[in-house]
Amino acid sequence: MSAPRTLLAIDKVSKNFGRVTAVDGISLDIRENEFFALLGPSGCGKTTLLRMLAGFETPNDGRILLDGRDIARTPPNKRPVNLMFQSYALFPHMSVRANVSYGLEMERLPAKEIRSRVDAILATTELVALADRKPEQLSGGQKQRVALARALVKRPRLLLLDEPLGALDKKLRGAMQLELKRLQHEVGITFVIVTHDQEESLVMADRMAVLRDGKLLQCDTPHAVYEHPVDRFVADFIGVMNFVPGRATDDGVLAADGARIVGTVPSTLAPGAAAVASVRPERIRLFPSAQTANRVAGTVEALAYQGLDLQLHVRTALSQKPFLVRVTADAADRRPVASGDAVELGWDAVDVRIFAD
Amino acid sequence: MKSYAPSRSSLLMAPALAWLTALMVVPCALVLALAFFRRGIYGGIEYTFTLENFGLVFDPLYAGIFLNSARIAGTATLIAVVIGYAAAYAIAAAPRRLQPVFLFFAVLPFWSNYLIRTYAWIVLLNREGLITQLLRWFGYTGEPPSMLYTEGAVIAGLVYNYLPFVILACYAPLSRLNPELAEASRDLGASAMTTFRRVILPLTVPGIAAGAVFVFVLSIGNFVTPALLGGGRFQMIGNLVYDQFLTANDWPFGAALAMALIAIMLLVLTAQALAADRAAGRIAEAKGGADG
Repeated sequence: MSAPRTLLAIDKVSKNFGRVTAVDGISLDIRENEFFALLGPSGCGKTTLLRMLAGFETPNDGRILLDGRDIARTPPNKRPVNLMFQSYALFPHMSVRANVSYGLEMERLPAKEIRSRVDAILATTELVALADRKPEQLSGGQKQRVALARALVKRPRLLLLDEPLGALDKKLRGAMQLELKRLQHEVGITFVIVTHDQEESLVMADRMAVLRDGKLLQCDTPHAVYEHPVDRFVADFIGVMNFVPGRATDDGVLAADGARIVGTVPSTLAPGAAAVASVRPERIRLFPSAQTANRVAGTVEALAYQGLDLQLHVRTALSQKPFLVRVTADAADRRPVASGDAVELGWDAVDVRIFAD
Repeated sequence: MKSYAPSRSSLLMAPALAWLTALMVVPCALVLALAFFRRGIYGGIEYTFTLENFGLVFDPLYAGIFLNSARIAGTATLIAVVIGYAAAYAIAAAPRRLQPVFLFFAVLPFWSNYLIRTYAWIVLLNREGLITQLLRWFGYTGEPPSMLYTEGAVIAGLVYNYLPFVILACYAPLSRLNPELAEASRDLGASAMTTFRRVILPLTVPGIAAGAVFVFVLSIGNFVTPALLGGGRFQMIGNLVYDQFLTANDWPFGAALAMALIAIMLLVLTAQALAADRAAGRIAEAKGGADG
């Protein structure tokens, strides 16, 4: 298998507005046919980066190479990149069909070709029955599909999606996540999606970049980012994490109360430095065996039944916040616990991640 | 939501209705009635029914003045819309916090008296007025240009006086337009010009129409500006009505002219209201903006 081809290379791109640096020297490669997510809290620079890819902002520094050609200064109407806006930005005075045809009319294609391509994309996005409606007559999910069809019909090299599911309710969002994935596969276009929702990028993206304060923290597959976050911020931002603050030792972290958390200490962390040991809720077992590397006693403070699994809040001496523990409903059935019960928690050394604090 | 009892809403509307009835409907009815009587031999009114006055309105002499008025008002409207829309566009594109300041300056002339504003134009356009002096200052030595008492002066005066209406009417839809609509158009491959023609303009037409109707209706019936800046040489219907009542002492004919003028205005306003109704749908949608 040949190495995946790079479609878009973002090369040391920076953008500042006055004295505010929105994007600070970001370099990223986005591959052909990839579903790529730009993830970060609001104000992290992800939207500015997206707008530079679309052509609505010009970087102060750096290059944006699409198929090897620098498009950093190409106006938005001259680049083979389309953006699906967060507000969808459908033209309110045009029907669904006119909205979708607009981009092809701008390419001055023959009317016949426009009609057949629009028909095809309306079929793909299940909008045929709504073709003559005005945007105001559509539901949120339908508007989103029109916005998607309008961008896809152009067959861009790169489709940018700005918080595409942000305006939808939670249930619809789940369905649309899979729908977007299916569509991306079907049309074979590279998708770059901007989101602040870590769950969304875990579900949809082939690879994701985590941004903070205009800087790139980590760029990898969702699995790698979830299992091996590069720092405490990423560990906290992606998924749920339990943190135990303390000091680094040779083989783990010495917690404030004298307890030791065993795990692999990164080489960058000198013994004695402020460190934090972390473990995911689903890696923690209730009533572990005596061989388990890390064990701690605690008291159950609260339980939340969530269908497939049970979430526990367990107060321990290790941290200020209670430990979050996720056990399967099966395990909970075998040995039921109730609020107020004394329990023992345990987890393996391989499941511990240690970061500078 | 609980709906108000009809008695309460009519109570709230009563003062406005009474005001309009006393000062608008009754005088209009009186003027209308007047139009069906004869003019007395020595002025005054002879109370015998006739349709002559309305016939006279269609006399080529007077119909010509109607057409002339419509032409002058139409020209002023066109110029005011072009200048006003451009100004409104620029204001709507300015930073948010500066927009109220610019709007304030745009409507500032309204704070002075209409007559004084119009007299100011006489000072400007006079043969030895400010414009001539400015030309002299730049080295112009020829005959002073005759600008005052021309049709151009009348049009300039009308445009100047009603421009703020156009700016305000166009600013409203422009400022509410979701900026992502223009970006979406650019993103889909449209040039700035095409984006304006196919997206921005169609969505702000109701504002243009409202402003244009305002200028046209106020201009076609105007008599102060043509009297002062046109020097009475370019008669508009307003002057004609004024003359019939105050100089010629032919009240019935003046009333018929006034009614014809009101009919034209009603026609224009109705057409605009119908068009606005149709456009209401697309405006509602265009207001939505992104907050992200």
